Amino acid sequence: MPPLAWVTVFLLMPYLLMFCYSFWSVSESQTIVHSWSLANYGQLLRVDVYWQTLLRSMWIAGRVTIFSLVLGYPLAYFLSFYAGKKKDLLYQLVIIPLWVSYLVRAYAWKTILGSDGVLNTLLQYVHLTKHPLEFLLYSPFAVVLTLTHIYTPFAFLPIYAALEHIPRNLVEGSHDLGATPGQTFWKVIFPLSIPGVVAGATFAFVLSLGDFLAPLLLGGPSGIMISNIVVSLFGAAYNWPLGAAISFCMLLLVVSLLFFSERLEKKWSFS
Amino acid sequence: MSTSEIAMTTTLTADGAGRATLLSIRSVAKCFGKNVVLRDISLDVAEGEFLTVLGESGSGKTTLLRIIAGFETASAGEVWMGEERLDRQPPYRRRVNTVFQHYALFPHLTVEQNVAYGLRVAKRPEAEIASRVAEALAKVRMSAHAKSKPAKISGGQQQRIALARALVNRPRLLLLDEPLSALDANLRRQMQVELKSLQREVGISFIFVTHDQEEAMVMSDRIALLRSGELEQVATPREIYGRPATAYAAQFIGHTNLLKGEVRGGIVRCGSLTWPAALPDGPALFSLRPENIRLVADNSAKDGGVRVRGRVLQQAFHGATELIRADCGDGLVLVVRTPGSGGTLNEVELEFNSADAVLVRESPERI
Repeated sequence: MPPLAWVTVFLLMPYLLMFCYSFWSVSESQTIVHSWSLANYGQLLRVDVYWQTLLRSMWIAGRVTIFSLVLGYPLAYFLSFYAGKKKDLLYQLVIIPLWVSYLVRAYAWKTILGSDGVLNTLLQYVHLTKHPLEFLLYSPFAVVLTLTHIYTPFAFLPIYAALEHIPRNLVEGSHDLGATPGQTFWKVIFPLSIPGVVAGATFAFVLSLGDFLAPLLLGGPSGIMISNIVVSLFGAAYNWPLGAAISFCMLLLVVSLLFFSERLEKKWSFS
Repeated sequence: MSTSEIAMTTTLTADGAGRATLLSIRSVAKCFGKNVVLRDISLDVAEGEFLTVLGESGSGKTTLLRIIAGFETASAGEVWMGEERLDRQPPYRRRVNTVFQHYALFPHLTVEQNVAYGLRVAKRPEAEIASRVAEALAKVRMSAHAKSKPAKISGGQQQRIALARALVNRPRLLLLDEPLSALDANLRRQMQVELKSLQREVGISFIFVTHDQEEAMVMSDRIALLRSGELEQVATPREIYGRPATAYAAQFIGHTNLLKGEVRGGIVRCGSLTWPAALPDGPALFSLRPENIRLVADNSAKDGGVRVRGRVLQQAFHGATELIRADCGDGLVLVVRTPGSGGTLNEVELEFNSADAVLVRESPERI
């Protein structure tokens, strides 16, 4: 009973409240008007900046997902199959960044990418560039880079867990039947790690889609994401109903994504 | 069945004589760190032979199998298959297939796809794959389950699929790592018979690893008895049972009475027993099978056997036979297997032929 009560009070009720807000409006005198209409949802479709930002956020999250998988999978594969005795140490090294504050990591990139940053100074020092490269910071590039750095461990962990769960005698069995290491990877190891890949991709996508700190600190005007809009609507703009409508759309998007990834994971697990 | 297969089947029944050597294990040793698992193993396996590597857990039998398959590298020695040096090739180049202890079926593939795996990676034409897979599934009577996933079929069926998956590649040698150990007793006996007849049918050499001496006796052409990483004896089941080379072999395969005797002037003395034997003077150890000792009536005429009186300590009825433990004095206790004694006994007169007391080597303790 307590868990259910907990979920009801701290999760379902706030969501319900938010859902209600999304139909209300704000009066001239800056008070919430409790009259029901679909105006906020209409505004989302009508005003370009909202849906464009949402699409851009998904595009950023998509890239982050791909890069996290491209980095996380080989790392997990190496650790699980080839690291031998160093496995535990390397695993800890992957995990440690998660213990470091998000802000510290975001500011670190600011220091690296800024116009007087480490990278630009280095590039000019070795005469690769004459002027600081401006696109490095305050750009979608910086956001994708930072989010990839932050969420790669989240993609890595489920993939690693999936790889660790593959019985090693299946790999031996494959070699025994004449499959080369490459064939074994594509025909046995990769298919059996798909649930981990799906879980990792979901983590990376969902977490980066809802991120607002990286775009706030490193995104600049062109790197704004949907959560920044929600934050400002609930803050300075004082338009909670519109903010709630956007939030609800995102919630719907994320929940349906989780639903599909769950189905996909089930389809590919066999134990 | 092709003519060559028929020819193989005929040679198989000819008691293993005159067959060409397929696999040759030469002075193979294996250590894991300081732990010596195998010591100087030399063993030949003939074409079409069913060889069982028998040993307790920790005797190194699975390690030996893994060296042949290529999952472990030998610390010393060589493995040859015909003119080919096997131990330098990766496992996927060896014409050897394995049936794993827990089958190692691919859970994401259907039964059919599992069996086709070896042919697919070898890039055989699809038509050939289809017909060979169908044939292999028919051979193990699993055609009806072709489209099932391994998780949906029983242990015995998984076992058959593992077998079909290995045999479909027509290996020259099949390795089986305790493949029956996960099955219940009845199914196990049934699979022993099936496996043996399948091996006769396909005529491929089998190296079968087990800790079950009965299984080894039932199925094998020859048994290689492994103890603490060394070969104790390699012989046919009849020979290893009738003429065990060591005390360990005598005790591990079947039951036996170990008699510690002293030879002096061509006469063996062991407690109250004496019998003639053409052996040099000194201590000697003999193995005497319980079924080679007879119960005789007190007043029957002696027929050249060694006789001793004993007091019955224990009598256990087993149906077809009965086991009697008798104290024969001087610390000598004999176990006798007789076909029904007819009732409870107190005193017995026992007799055996001196030729049935087989001289065996002591088996020194090994770490």
